[in-house]
Order: sequence, then C-alpha cells, then structure tokens
Amino acid sequence: MFTSRGAGPARPGRAAEPGRAAESAPAAEPGRGAQPEAQAIVPIRTLFIANRGEIAVRIKRTADRLGIRVVIPGADGSPGVDLLDSPRVVAAALAAGADALHPGFGFLSEHAGFAEAVEAAGIRWVGPPPSVIRAMGNKAAARKLATSLGIPIVPGYDGDDQSDAALLDAARTIVGRAAGKRRHSVLIKPAAGGGGKGMHQIDSLEPPDEFLAALAAARREAAASFGDQRLILERFLGGPRHVEVQVLFDAHGSGVHLGERDCSLQRRHQKVLEESPSPGVDGPLRVRLGQAALTLAAAVGYRSAGTCEFLLDDDGAFHFLEMNTRLQVEHPVTELVTGRDLVADQLRIVAGEPLGFEQADADAARANGGHALEVRLYAEDPDAGFLPSTGRIEALRWPAIQSAGGIGGPVRVDSGIEAGLVVDTRFDPMLAKLIVGGATRAEALANIAAALDQTLVLGLATNLHFLRWLVAQPVVIDGAARIDTLEQIWPPRGAAEVTAVPPPAVWLAAARALVATTDGGWRLNGPARLRVECDGLERTIVLDGSVIGDELIESAPAAVVGDSGVAFVDADGRSLPFRIAPPPDVDRAARTAAAHDPSALAEVISPMPGAVLAVHVTPGLGVESGQPLVTLEAMKMEHVVTSATAGTVIDVLVQPGGQVVRGERLVVLGPPAGTPERDALPYPNMEEQP
Amino acid sequence: MSVLRSRLDPASAESLANRAAMDGLVADLRERQARVSVNGAGGDPAAIEKHRARGKLPVRERIDRLIDPGSAFLELSPLAADGVYGPDGHDAPSAGIVTGLGSVEGVTCVIVANDATVKGGTYYPLTVKKHLRAQEIALENHLPCIYLVDSGGAFLPLQADVFPDREHFGRIFFNQARLSAAAIPQVALVMGSSTAGGAYVPAMSDETVIVRGTGTIFLGGPPLVKAATGEDVSAEDLGGASVHARISGVVDHEALDDEHAIALGRSIVANLNRPEPTLPWARRPAEPPAIAADGSGGSAHLYTAIPTDLRRPLAVREIIARLVDASRFHEFKPLYGETLVCGFAHLDGYPIGIIANDGILFSQSALKGAHFIELAAQRRIPLVFLQNITGFMVGREYEAGGIAKDGAKMVMAVACAEVPKFTVIVGGSFGAGNYAMAGRAYSPRFLWSWPNSRISVMGGPQAARVLSTVGGPFDSDAGRDAFEAPILERYEAEGNPYFATARLWDDGVIDPLDTRRVLALALGASLHAPIPETRFGVFRM
Repeated sequence: MFTSRGAGPARPGRAAEPGRAAESAPAAEPGRGAQPEAQAIVPIRTLFIANRGEIAVRIKRTADRLGIRVVIPGADGSPGVDLLDSPRVVAAALAAGADALHPGFGFLSEHAGFAEAVEAAGIRWVGPPPSVIRAMGNKAAARKLATSLGIPIVPGYDGDDQSDAALLDAARTIVGRAAGKRRHSVLIKPAAGGGGKGMHQIDSLEPPDEFLAALAAARREAAASFGDQRLILERFLGGPRHVEVQVLFDAHGSGVHLGERDCSLQRRHQKVLEESPSPGVDGPLRVRLGQAALTLAAAVGYRSAGTCEFLLDDDGAFHFLEMNTRLQVEHPVTELVTGRDLVADQLRIVAGEPLGFEQADADAARANGGHALEVRLYAEDPDAGFLPSTGRIEALRWPAIQSAGGIGGPVRVDSGIEAGLVVDTRFDPMLAKLIVGGATRAEALANIAAALDQTLVLGLATNLHFLRWLVAQPVVIDGAARIDTLEQIWPPRGAAEVTAVPPPAVWLAAARALVATTDGGWRLNGPARLRVECDGLERTIVLDGSVIGDELIESAPAAVVGDSGVAFVDADGRSLPFRIAPPPDVDRAARTAAAHDPSALAEVISPMPGAVLAVHVTPGLGVESGQPLVTLEAMKMEHVVTSATAGTVIDVLVQPGGQVVRGERLVVLGPPAGTPERDALPYPNMEEQP
Repeated sequence: MSVLRSRLDPASAESLANRAAMDGLVADLRERQARVSVNGAGGDPAAIEKHRARGKLPVRERIDRLIDPGSAFLELSPLAADGVYGPDGHDAPSAGIVTGLGSVEGVTCVIVANDATVKGGTYYPLTVKKHLRAQEIALENHLPCIYLVDSGGAFLPLQADVFPDREHFGRIFFNQARLSAAAIPQVALVMGSSTAGGAYVPAMSDETVIVRGTGTIFLGGPPLVKAATGEDVSAEDLGGASVHARISGVVDHEALDDEHAIALGRSIVANLNRPEPTLPWARRPAEPPAIAADGSGGSAHLYTAIPTDLRRPLAVREIIARLVDASRFHEFKPLYGETLVCGFAHLDGYPIGIIANDGILFSQSALKGAHFIELAAQRRIPLVFLQNITGFMVGREYEAGGIAKDGAKMVMAVACAEVPKFTVIVGGSFGAGNYAMAGRAYSPRFLWSWPNSRISVMGGPQAARVLSTVGGPFDSDAGRDAFEAPILERYEAEGNPYFATARLWDDGVIDPLDTRRVLALALGASLHAPIPETRFGVFRM
C-alpha cells in the first residue's frame, strides 16, 4: 500500500468483494471501529448521476447492486437537465434529494468549479477533491509538478504567455530539438482538457499559417469544451505506446495502483481498443510506472479513482502526459483483470470507507486476472474518414454469451443504447463498449472477435466492421500497436473496391425485406422481382432466388426495414441502406444518359435559320444545363440556344456574324468533366437468374 | 354468409400424390417460363448481349422500369408460339412480343413490347395474334396502351399468314384508330426499329417518344429507298430521332436512352388524367381466404385438392375456399342441379359470382346456371367460371328431356351477360361444356389454364372410340387398339395446355397458387369499363 501526507499505518486489506462494505452498515463491521483516525462512514442513500448513455447505465448497475437509489436526469421519468449547465445540474440533484453525485466522464467530470458547487450544496462529489481536479486539470501545472517529482515529461511548452508569437516560437524550439535528423511534429492541446478534444497535430511550421489556424481552432474548442482557452504544446513522439496506470486512493491517504492499460490503438486521438495488461510492459517496468503514478497522485492528495497517462518508448523510457481525475471509459478492462468494481470502490471511498486492501492484494489479483480487451462501438463511418453518423437504431443484437448484468463474465457489454433510439449529432458517438476477458491475450482476442461477430447494429453507420477487421490485424494480434499504427493501416489498400458494390446476398436480403412494403413485385411468368437501390446503384432482384450469378446464397444476412421505408442490411458489420429503386425520372434519366453517352449530346443544332449574334462558350468550357451557348437572330427576334444538359464544350462551329440554316450544327458537347464510367453489371445473370 | 371448411386430409395418400404431381407440373411450368425470359428477353444470349451492347435494355427489363416500383405485371401468354415455329419449335419465344397489364403512375395500362432479340422483333402470325389480343383487352376494359416499339415489321417468310387477312397485321392500326377514337390513350415509345407497317404504330399513337441513336421510323428502310429511288441515305438520316422530333413531327419527345424514354412514357401517362372508374357497388376491404392456398396455418395445400388424373372428381369447393375472401361463400341452390356449383363471394374485396363444375352437366345444372347468370347480370356482379367439364349428359333419356334446349339456355345466358367474365380451366374442358362455361369463344375478359388441364372437343379415349366405332369393325381388340393409338396420342398432344397456350387459346398457363392474385388483378382491370345493362336473346323454353 502506498501512503501519502503522513497517513496512518496500513490496515489489513479486504481484497474480496469490494462492494460489500457499502452494502452493510458500519455497525456490521466491528473491526472498523478500531481504526486510527477513523471518520464517520456515511453510506450514500441517493446517487445523482450527472451523465447519460452507457456510463450512466454502468454506474447505475453498481449502485443498484449496492442498494443505492439512483436518479438519472431524463431517465425513468426524472426531469432532464442540460448536463453542461452546472447550476441547473446542482439544483436538479438537490431537488432529487441526492446525497452524492457521480459525474461519470466527459461533461462536468473534470470541472473543479462544478465539483465545488456540488460540495457547497451539501452533496458529496464522487471523485477527487476540487483542488486536485484543478491542480491536475491544468496541463501546464501538471507538467511542472511531474518535473519537480523527477518524472519525465514530453518535451513541450506549458508557459503562461499564450500569444501566437510565443507559442510559435516555442513550437519552433520543439521542432528544432530534433538534432537535424528528423523534424518532429507538434501537438497542440488545451491546457485544461483531455480526451483528445481540441487536440491538433501540426507536421510543418513553414509557413506557419497552418499552425496559427490550428491554434485558433484549438482555442475555440478548448473554450467550448473546458471553459478555458489556454493551450500547451508537446512534441509529438512518433511510435510510442500509450499506457496509463489506474490508481485508487481513499480519503485516509491510502492508495494502490491496479496496473496499466494499453490504449495505443487510437484514431484522431480517440481510443478504439484498450487492453490490460499492456503487451509492452513487463514486471519491473510495471513497478516503475505504478510508482510514478502513485507519487504523482499522492503529491496532490488524491482521492477516488484516477488515471495517469504515459507515453512509453520501446526502450522502456516513459513520459508523463496527464492525469485524468475521473473514471475512464476504458476502466472495465482493469475491472476484469483485477476483479474489482471501480464504481463500487469510488462509492465506498466517498462514503468514507478505507480502501481495505493493499498493493500486494491488487498485484496478486491482477497476476491471476488473465487478459482483458475492450473495443468501442462508435456511431461513425470508418469508410468516410470516421465521420460521425446519425440515424435510428433499427436493430440491435449483442453477443449471446453476454454476462448476466454483472461485472465480468465472458462478454461484458456496457451500452446506453437500445433499438429505436435516434442517434443525432448531439449524441455522444460512442454507443457502447464490448469487454472480454481471457486466460491469455490470444484467448481474449479470440473472444473479442467472436463477440464482434455476434454483434449487430442496423440503421446507421457504425465502426463495427472496422472493429472486426481491426482485431484480425497482425499488428494487433502481435501486440505491436503504437499510437500511430492505425493511421498507417487504415484504410487498407483496395478497401474502396471491396466496399463499392454490396455482395449479392446483401442485395437479396434487402429485396426480401423491402418487398413487404410493396405490392410484392409479382410476375405471372416467374418469381417476383424488385428493383432495389443502394448508394446510387440499382439492381433488379429476383426474390425467390437462392442463386445470384454464380453464387449460391446459403444464408441471407440480417435486414430490417425502418419507419422511413429504408431497409438496412448487415454487410459484414456495415449497415447498408437500401430503398425501392425509384422509377425512371425524366430529368434524372436525361442527366445520367447524357453523362454516360457523349454521342447523345454531341451536337447542338440550330432550331431556325438566322444570323449568329453572339457565341457564349469556347472549347473546353464546362457548361451547366440551361446555360446559353449561342444567340441567334431571326425575324428580328433574338433566340438563345441553351445547353440541354451539363457537359463540356468540345467544339464551336459558328462565329458571330455568320449565317446558319435550320438544323446546322452550332456547338459540339461532350460529357461533363469527371464523368465516371457507367457501372458495369457485376453479376451478369443477376437480373434474371431464378 | 357461410364459411367454407376444408374436408381434405393433407396427409392422405391421395393428397400426397396430388401434391407431388402438381409440384412436378408447376416445376415444368416454371422451367418453360424461365426458358423464354431468363436473360430478360427471349433471344439467345448472343443476341441479348448484342442488344445490350447497343445501349438497349432487354424487353422485360424495360417493363420492369416502366411499371410502378414493386407492382405486379400480369403478363399475357408468355408461352405463346412455344413449339410452333422452327425445327425445334423454339424460334419465337413468347412469339417475340411481351404483352401484359401493369400499373404505370397508378394507371392500369396494357403494355405491348416487341422483343428485338427474337428475329429482330418481326411479326410472326402468332405475334400478330398476341398483339391483337392485347388491344382487345385494352378495348374491352378501357385501358390505355403503351407500345414499346422495337420491330422490323412483318416476318417476311410467313407474310401470307401475317399480312392480308382481317385479323392480320393491318388490324393493329385499325385497332389503334378505334381505341384512340374511344378515348383510350395510345402511347408509343420507339426504342429500336419501327419499320414499314410498323412505322404506323407510333404514327397512329396519340403521343410518342423516340430514343436517339437507336430508334428509327420509316416506311422503307435504306435498302428499299436505294432500290426504289437510288437515293443513298443512312438509317439515322432517314428516320432517326432528330428527323422525327425536329422535322417530321412523327414523334413528340426525343429520349437519350431507354431509361429516359421510359421516364418520358411514365410522364405521358401521368398526364393522361384518367379518372378512377365508378363501381356499381361498394368494394369491400380485401380479406385473405380463411383457408390458405399455400398450406400455411395448418390448412391443406391447394395442390392436394387437385387430382391430375382428370377421371377423378375434383372437389371444387376446396378450390373456392382457397380463392375467395375469408373463404365466405353464399351458395345458390345447393340442393338443385348439384353438378354445377353457383354462389356469390368476394375476391380482393370485389363481389363475384362463381360458377364451377362439380360433375357432368344435366338439365337441372344448366337451368340453375342460367338463372344464376341472370342474377349476376342484373346485379352487375362479375362472373368467375371454374371449368372442369366433360360435357353435357348424353343418352336417350336426356335428349328426350331436352338437355339440348336447357344447355342452350345456359349458353345464351353466358353469351349475353354483359358483366366481366373470367374463366379458369382447372381440369378438363371438353365439348359443349366449354361453351356453357365461358370458353374462349364466349369472350370472357380473361381465360387461364392450370398446368393439369386438358382441352378438346371430347376426351381422347372417347374420340378414339367414336372414330374406331365409325371406322370399324376390327378383327381383334389389338387391331382396334392399334387404330385408336395415334388418335389418343394426337388428342393428348393437342389437348395439352401448352399446345393451347402456344396458340393463344388462353391468356396463359398459371400456377394454381396464383389464381387468386390473377383474378384480383384482372377484376381490378376489367372494372375500368362501365358494366352495361344486359339484354338476353330468346331463351328456348
């Protein structure tokens, strides 16, 4: 056990069932009365969870188990509240009769002022004291603290001068330290923030425009997310691992660490896959990392659960990044390998209970805990640069081997979503987490792959297929991922071709789902047929077909028709939207035909005999539909000849002042620039095969 | 109204045998249908590939796009000309023309579409017959016509059977004129050749579209022009889209490709502004039969009720139960003339009168049928005939009892009733029974056959015996059998439903499971024409 601030000697630990203590009244624990500096243990009766989504569900799960009444704004009939409006949140907690408030993560969880307001209202704050949040929340201050404690930090700038000039100057210094070999990149981070928000990576400072624009953007984002626009700069270390150490401190100054998590697989600084232990950390290194984390936490008088983040080089050197003074998204992997319930620990600590176990107990539990993996299911489209996606969750299926609501088990699903939920832009794009354990890392990887295969989300784009792909990558299987690995391997080469045309079985499933919304596409002379559209591609699908082209469709993938008449079909983890193909439309058909058949457009001819007054185009010019090409004069009337469709001028055959007869060619048009080839039918017999 | 109940045991040996036999017949039907349409058209794969390479869609893909998304297409006689032309009988799949009823912009239309992959879309004698039949349906039911023109004109080797007669090629344009005069819109989309006589299809239409690059319209093609006047001219300059859309005025709209032409065709139909037909009674909400034909819900499958041996009785109420809304049937005179089942029901919400054979026709059955037809005609209720008839009873007693005049009463009633009539041959169709039960000659609006059906003037064995009796005597039974054998064989071949449908004696052989759907579509289509008052002729009393 690690102690700080001269706290008393360690008590004997109680490693088993951490949640029990809070369930039972203090009187039932006669041994506790003998503790030195024992303060009153005041159990929590009503817990206000100032959060939503999966973390609110996850906190409630523990609170329910401990017999604590839970209030979640906007859920179960409780009035909703803007979770970024701290006075209203405090008022809502008071109105709910809460005696403790759990902020979860994000929103107000690292907002010291909010924590103070909560405590001032007489409500206990499930987290570290506000002063600690403030101390660690300022990245610049945290860096200075680490340096003073002899813990290495990433080279960077954490000065008070926040002018563009000072920051640019500092950035040049950071880049220049590369000793002439390789020029480093610079990371801009909000001084007050975490979680990748407002973070920008700048690879070149010459010219500085990009850097300065990123500064402005980062300030805006920092102000919006954290209410503080100060920034710090760090050298971007190429190729380290991201490891972080979970610590737990009670109110009596006792603390332990629960080992590390490896969160190296990130895209745009958002973690995607986390695991514990890290494939890059051995026993001695774990001791050093743990010691550094405990030293930092103890130095600020930490209480509750917290995480110290480090960058780890291959040679075992690590640099302190920041401390997150809250529960983290990826906390379940630690829970799985240590057998602890970190939310229960937080609640016990805030109730005044001592930690009840020692470092040796934690180490022993972890040593037998095997390996744990977590993947994050996001509402985003990995095929489109991970852009957030929106939509209604039309169908949702979790792995069948899910554990029964508790912590642990073969597959744990921490989810705040259900079928019917509409995910819009105000929704946190992280929908759920799948957490699995295994005796070994290989077993855990096999389990997560199986769990992902059994998961299904239809109705909006998610990263499910990407996660399935990810856990099968050699670099992941080998445990060799670094923080820049993902951007190097995604998107895989050839992915665009693979995803361009859905496979036949997917079309068939779509048609089978959509046919119920129609008269059935019945035909007297054969099976029913339906024309179906997906992303601009149209196909005629024969409905009773089990063979399309040369492919035997053994089992059709899952499909569901949403309220809007769109069918969503599972294509190896992608939720692809299909519609009944609209009937041919005059304007659309003309555009498509013109775009694909140069001869269709080739000539613009004179509708009448007359004189050419003006020519409005030149060869090579792109024209829009309706754009004037030539003005003619006949019978003292001007007549403007326009383009019937979009195209490119190939030739102009008349000049101003010239005379033309009716039917004479005026202009030759070709297809618009950038016109793709017409889609070849990928499955030759698809249209008709019974 | 009474709800029909099934008495079938789905597990009985007979049920299982019926089911297996009908499964085989339907599989055979599907195979024949697939053969004429598997690549979207009837031509061989090379012809279809060449067609596509010109940017043209195969005929059935054109129709898929023309009709409303997800809607049904009630194709007519897809197996026309099957077994008729060429050494193997397969020279003209579907007779080189696809016709049928489809919904376009919510308007039920008759679609007539040439298949250019079959001998350039030229007209064989049966092509003409099929085209004329589609126009007849348009006329009787007041349905707009959409012609997808892609034809080289008459099939010259058979011109004598195509060109000159009353029901030959010229009748197409006569019909167009009369249809247009009757305010039944005529729309042509020229998506390929429209040559010689064929040029009149667009020219006689109310509104026309031509596809640039592939559509041509001319009375004489470039070779004929060269021969006649010595003029050298390309097909495009002679009768391409530019000429007709800009100069001649033969067409009204120029399309850039097939899809565009179809879009323009749909736009034309959307602007016809056809009123909804007024019905002489209120249509009810449709209900599925209480006894599912497909065997779902634990009921016996329709196929189990259909003996493929025509000598075995067919329990026709089992069919009716699987055909009508909620299996409800108001039977008329159930205790009188029991070999003819008559009664009222609803199908897809439409009221119908059903006349179905349940044995040989006697005087009483015929009188009952005539009475029932009078009721339906007065009430303007469409009639559905389920034909399984070996004929009227013969013999001295019945002739003396006046079966001829009683049968004539029913024939008179059927012939004169002005309500829409629909006939399904569900078993045998022999002799004068065919007439009394609204055979083809009695102009039912539509007539379909089941794959187990047989049609001829009398049954093969009876015909062979009549002929051998007339042609005898024979020394031995073996001699008589030898005389009868070719007669039996010929009756079997010519009585086959595929022989019949190839010659357009019906509007198609259908899967019995499709009967309800087919009747529903046809009923809906038929009601676009008002139902006039019926005037019967003189009934011989």
